[in-house]
Parts: sequence; C-alpha cells; structure tokens
Amino acid sequence: MGKIVIDQNRCKSCYICTTTCPKGLIKKSDKTNRLGDYMVEFVDEKNECIGCAMCAKRCPDMAITEVWR
Amino acid sequence: MQQVFSIPKSMKKDFRYTFCPGCDHGIAIRLVAEVLDELGLRENTISSTSVGCSVFLYDFLDIDCVEAPHGRALASATGVKRARPDKFVFTYSGDGDFASIGLAESMHSALRGENLSAICINNTTYGMTGGQLGPTTMMGQVTTTSPTGRNAEYFGYPIKIAEHIALCDGTAFSARVALDSVAHINEAKKAIKKAFQTQLDGKGFGFVEILSSCPTNWHMTPEEAHERVRNEMIPIFPLGVFKEVN
Repeated sequence: MGKIVIDQNRCKSCYICTTTCPKGLIKKSDKTNRLGDYMVEFVDEKNECIGCAMCAKRCPDMAITEVWR
Repeated sequence: MQQVFSIPKSMKKDFRYTFCPGCDHGIAIRLVAEVLDELGLRENTISSTSVGCSVFLYDFLDIDCVEAPHGRALASATGVKRARPDKFVFTYSGDGDFASIGLAESMHSALRGENLSAICINNTTYGMTGGQLGPTTMMGQVTTTSPTGRNAEYFGYPIKIAEHIALCDGTAFSARVALDSVAHINEAKKAIKKAFQTQLDGKGFGFVEILSSCPTNWHMTPEEAHERVRNEMIPIFPLGVFKEVN
C-alpha cells in the first residue's frame, strides 16, 4: 500500500519512471501539460504500489514530489 | 502512512529545472540538496560554480553561491574557504570545465590539499555548447567536432579524472559514481556525503566524479543514454573509491 504524487507541470516526458516502476503503475498519459508534453500518470486501481520510491529517485526533474508508504 | 520521499528543504521554493528531458544534472543536484539537509549545512554553505550546464545549480539550491570564470570554480572556492574557514564550501562543475579548461586549478587545489569538496559531472561532452569533443570523450565516440569518432592520432586519449585526483597527496577522498540505476544513485549519495564529511572533519580535498548521461547531445532517448552509461562508460571509467584517508 503506497502512493505517489506527480507534479505534472514539472514532467518533461523522459519516461524513465515508466520503465523503473517494478509494478508498471506509471504510464504515458494522453493529456499534455503546460509544456505541451505528454506527461505521465499514476494508475493504481488495485492498490499495488509498494512505495519503494524508485520512480522518485530516478526522476531527473523531481516531478514525483511525494512518496507515501 | 509514512512519507518516504519528499523534496529536499535545500531546494528553492517552486523551482523548475531548466535542463533537457532526462538530464542527470537534476538527480545530482537533488543528491547534493539531500546531503546538505542531512548534514544540516544549508545555512552555512557557499558553493562555487563556473560555466556549463552545471552553473544552473544556483537557480535551484537555496544557498549562497559565487560564480567563477570558466574552469576557475576551485580557484574562487579556495579564496572563499581561506577567507571564511568556518563556512562549508563546495564546487559543482562539468567535465569540460573541471578537467579541460580548469585542469590546472582543479589539480592544484587537490595538490595543495585545500579543505574543499568538489563534484564533477562527467558526461563525456560539452553539453551546453552543443556536444563538442571534451577531455573525457571516449575513443570512437562521435561528437560535433569529431564526426568520425575520437581517434588517438588526432585527439589523444580521455582523462580519468577520479584516478588522477586520487594520485595527489593532498586528496583525502576521491570516488567515481554513476546515476544510471537506483543502486548507483544510492551509492552516489553515500560518496557525496563522504566527500562533504571529509571537509567537515578537516581532512583535505574531497572529490566525487559522477558519470552522467547527455541524451540531447548523444542523440539518444533518456533510457538509451543510461544504457550507454552502463555498457560503454562504466567499463572505461570504473566505479569505486580510489582514495580515502582515515
């Protein structure tokens, strides 16, 4: 049981987090942010997030601002 | 629930990185901010950065900074530290700045054993000016000024900065780390913390070389760039601690 908070205006669409998440819970979104980038979104319908914070540690833009476990 | 990750307090409020997508500078600056938080140094720190993408550090960190001429970060940091020995002083520069333009200043700071901490981001190219051949460009690597790849006859060989700094007698700590995986990022943070602690203990020069990717100038996606760090850079620039004075 965990959750993350994404600041979508910081996301620059490098998609490192999408390949880092061990559960594959971060996906490309079909919406754009203020930079015009297709940002990422956190989809966790089955409460699978373990709060490992690997996404936040690898995010180069600190767009993942909070991780809770 | 317990919060296991938050933005370090040493970051400026509402900062937004201006680096290219996937650039490892963002991670390196976060690690520096986390270490400053953990050691409680934010109010007592003066940093010195010279020229390159690394210079944006003072847009994001909430600390006092001196801007030095190109390559002279350690020269101005020497002055700051000698004038204010009570302050914590560190420099943050790229490989072109640290090991080409400022090689004399960097090397002699280590030889003098200045009680400073230095961080060098090695991305094997001059990132800000458009990806020219730098002092750490690998053999065969294509850059804008070596379109057929680096060759020894014309360009010579890349410098291994951490090993060279470790050979200086004044160096107390010298390590090379990478940012291509979570495990390596954790090790990088430990190395930065040790280099900073070395200065607090008054042991001498602490140095960390951080292998970083430059997706824009390598013409790769961020993931491909990290693959390159893993498969091409680490075999040439081995990770590890090369000198540690106890």
